[in-house]
Amino acid sequence: MMTFLSAVDWARAQFALTAIFHWLFVPLTLGLGLIMSVIETKYYRSGDAFWRRAAQFWQRLFGINFAMGVATGIILEFEFGTNWSNYSWFVGDIFGAPLAIEGIVAFFMESTFVAVMYFGWEKVSRGFHLASTWLTWIGATISAWWILVANSWMQYPVGCAFNPDTMRHEMVSFWQVAFSPFAVDKFLHTVISAWVIGAVFVVAVSAWYLLKRREAEREMALKSLRIGAIVGLIASVGAAVTGDESAYKVAQVQPMKLAAMEALYDGGNDVSLTGVAWVNPFEQPNYKEEHEAPLRLAVPNGLSLLATRSWHGYVPGVNDILKGYTREDGTREPSAQEKMARGRAAIQALADYRRAKNEGASEDEAAAYKQVLMDNFQYFGYGYIRDESELVPYIPVNFWAFRIMVGLGTLFILFFAYILFLNWKRRPTASGSVYPRWLLVAAIVLLPCAYICSESGWLVAEFGRQPWTIQDMLPVTASVSDIGSSAVATTFWLFLVLFTAMLVVEINIMLKQIKRGMKEVKSEK
Amino acid sequence: MSYSFLQHYWCFIVALLGALLVFLLFVQGANSLARSLGYTEEGRRLVYNSTGRKWELTFTTLVTFGGAFFASYPLFYSTSFGGAYWLWMAILFTFVVQAVSYEFQNKIGNIVGPRTFQFCLTLNGILGPLLLGGAVATFFEGSNFIVAKENLLALPGEAGGGSVVISSWANASHGLDALLNPWVLVLGFAVVFLARVLGILYVMNNVDDEDIRSRGSVRLVGAAVPFVVLFVAYLVHVLTKDGFAYTDEGLIYMEPYKYLHNFIDMWYLSVLLLVGVVLVLFGIGKTIVSKNYIGGIWPAGIGTVLTVLALLLCTAWNHTAYYPSTADLQSSLTMVNSCSSEFTLRTMFYVSLLIPFVLAYIIYAWRAMDSKKLDRKELAESHHTY
Repeated sequence: MMTFLSAVDWARAQFALTAIFHWLFVPLTLGLGLIMSVIETKYYRSGDAFWRRAAQFWQRLFGINFAMGVATGIILEFEFGTNWSNYSWFVGDIFGAPLAIEGIVAFFMESTFVAVMYFGWEKVSRGFHLASTWLTWIGATISAWWILVANSWMQYPVGCAFNPDTMRHEMVSFWQVAFSPFAVDKFLHTVISAWVIGAVFVVAVSAWYLLKRREAEREMALKSLRIGAIVGLIASVGAAVTGDESAYKVAQVQPMKLAAMEALYDGGNDVSLTGVAWVNPFEQPNYKEEHEAPLRLAVPNGLSLLATRSWHGYVPGVNDILKGYTREDGTREPSAQEKMARGRAAIQALADYRRAKNEGASEDEAAAYKQVLMDNFQYFGYGYIRDESELVPYIPVNFWAFRIMVGLGTLFILFFAYILFLNWKRRPTASGSVYPRWLLVAAIVLLPCAYICSESGWLVAEFGRQPWTIQDMLPVTASVSDIGSSAVATTFWLFLVLFTAMLVVEINIMLKQIKRGMKEVKSEK
Repeated sequence: MSYSFLQHYWCFIVALLGALLVFLLFVQGANSLARSLGYTEEGRRLVYNSTGRKWELTFTTLVTFGGAFFASYPLFYSTSFGGAYWLWMAILFTFVVQAVSYEFQNKIGNIVGPRTFQFCLTLNGILGPLLLGGAVATFFEGSNFIVAKENLLALPGEAGGGSVVISSWANASHGLDALLNPWVLVLGFAVVFLARVLGILYVMNNVDDEDIRSRGSVRLVGAAVPFVVLFVAYLVHVLTKDGFAYTDEGLIYMEPYKYLHNFIDMWYLSVLLLVGVVLVLFGIGKTIVSKNYIGGIWPAGIGTVLTVLALLLCTAWNHTAYYPSTADLQSSLTMVNSCSSEFTLRTMFYVSLLIPFVLAYIIYAWRAMDSKKLDRKELAESHHTY
């Protein structure tokens, strides 16, 4: 297989592998971090030793997960350089800044206060310890902010300008980069959905104790489950609201991603929102010939409303984007072929400009080339595209991942709402618990579903923007490093084996710690 | 603030982060000696628990060092990481396995056993400093890369349209060739032994245990002697070798005794180097001769930061190419031809004003945490141990 895939494929696979593993641990850090901070706040306010032990129990599980997040995170940062060196040069002026700020502002906060949180119970005051726990979570959240700013910029590049003399993009507005609407939405949606994972985790672990009728953990489980459900309901509703706004933004700036998410081949006005349809998960559909995916069940006008905030709004499909279309405001979106031609013109103009400068040609001549470059620069990245089919992301992954994410997200809203309803009604079951057995079993089953939901969201975000590393500016094929595919393939397998082994150990340790329960938590002196 | 000032400023910040990183390698140094320093199972746990409370600072400094380099000198980031692929991947690999080793090693459910993770800590303790030291040595010795920005203009499908990648390695080793240069190994091993020296001094200061402290004094001699020999050898080599200089127009050329000239021209770096070396030697010497002195980590640590800072700045300031290419001299990276735009450097300058605040809370938190030294009693009673 190694010889069949190019260096670009392996570089993408390796980055995806690292990001998928990393994203198994980060959401729990963000979500559990919030819940354990709330629990420790209860201890601070009440002075009740029960809450202290509960906080310490959850912090122990947090620690096991946190280490894996750190281990997988370091590779991601350096893979920008190792696997995507052209990209690192082309936009490093803009992209490097959020990463540096993340290190200075967030990582040091996280790493300093997480140590106080673990080891400081007997060494610092209660207030200092509580502040450290919150600062650990705040540090992790700030870290998420900056990395999502960087990621959002790749999807919606703003606040920058191309400099033909240095042959790279340069930042012209830090605030536009740091607070782009795309970044704000992405941050809110991603972080809030991470709280859902934390909530599902807490509810699942608590449910297990209740199912096993573990008396030592019963009180902790009941109270944690309630806190988890409150956080979970707020977060899952919040994720739905921010998700809707994110989808709207995608429709504005990445219409091809939206078309792939919906398997919308031919768009138009009054477009319905697909509930389910048969899209073969294993092959790219024949979008040029098929009008729409077979067996489609849809909500009338739903996609128009989602994408344009109007029941009758125009939404372009894959073929419209390839052929070019006219928007409702009368502006025309060029066809893929026209964009590719203009992209080549921009690249050629840049080459001519550089040659004119190097050969000492007149200022007028250089300025003329520069003008051609700037006139066509909007489509610069299209110049590297060989065939317009490259511009269509793999539709099945986007289509199904989007549905899995939305479907499970909706299920979580119902799940948490029902838990809180039972909690409110306080109807005891035969076992003495307010929760029926099936619900406790469902809570455990939903834990892997929460991870599937979260990873699906990531797949939609990243697969949907292919072939672009930076939307319309630089495709993945022009972003890579000059490394043979075998080298990247070797490190891919190395990291796959390493991460898998670490994950197996981590899960086993986590399960054993949960099984031991409060026994592991020492009493207050 | 001129563009030139910002270039120098960011060079200073990156060098400072690099210097702090070398100091914080005491975590790796102590881990590489945990068996002999701790001797018993409980002693080893004391060492691991002592370094285990600081490992994230080393890790974070490494990540921030990378991030700051990326933001301020993106061409270095793309050229070095994308070119010296195997070298950086090996460094990353050792740090990845370290990250989980503390938390996992003694937990119930660790199916691969504590020794596996202790081996990972030792591996990181030796290879981490060796490879990072080797990477730093390439700033003086050069690397086999070529930078051709015009490659970006290669159109797909056209005759002659080849690779669009602007930075490429001139041979297939992708960075491992650096380890064939004996001087790279000399500095690499100097950093390994420096990390061990600092690790011993740190553990002696941080762990309240007579057995470990007495063993530390003995092990310190064994680590300090090779460190001093290797460091002096490398320093003499650097001061007498030809260096990579550039003109105002950006033309790179070889200049005899370039680094010696730099230390003469930039006398303040010489003072920094001298003070740094004296502090390191003082920290080592006083710990060896005085039975009750356990504060050697402070002079030696500060000395390490000053020394490394002076050496790193010597590779970049005063018209020096800090990442020289031995494959194509004109591809060498300088502070001027590889940095970010003035706007980005200025923006990041304002962000960097947060650094004193960050340092302040780190110092405050750790003063509170380390006011009582780690001992066997705490290990037995602590809520969270490794």
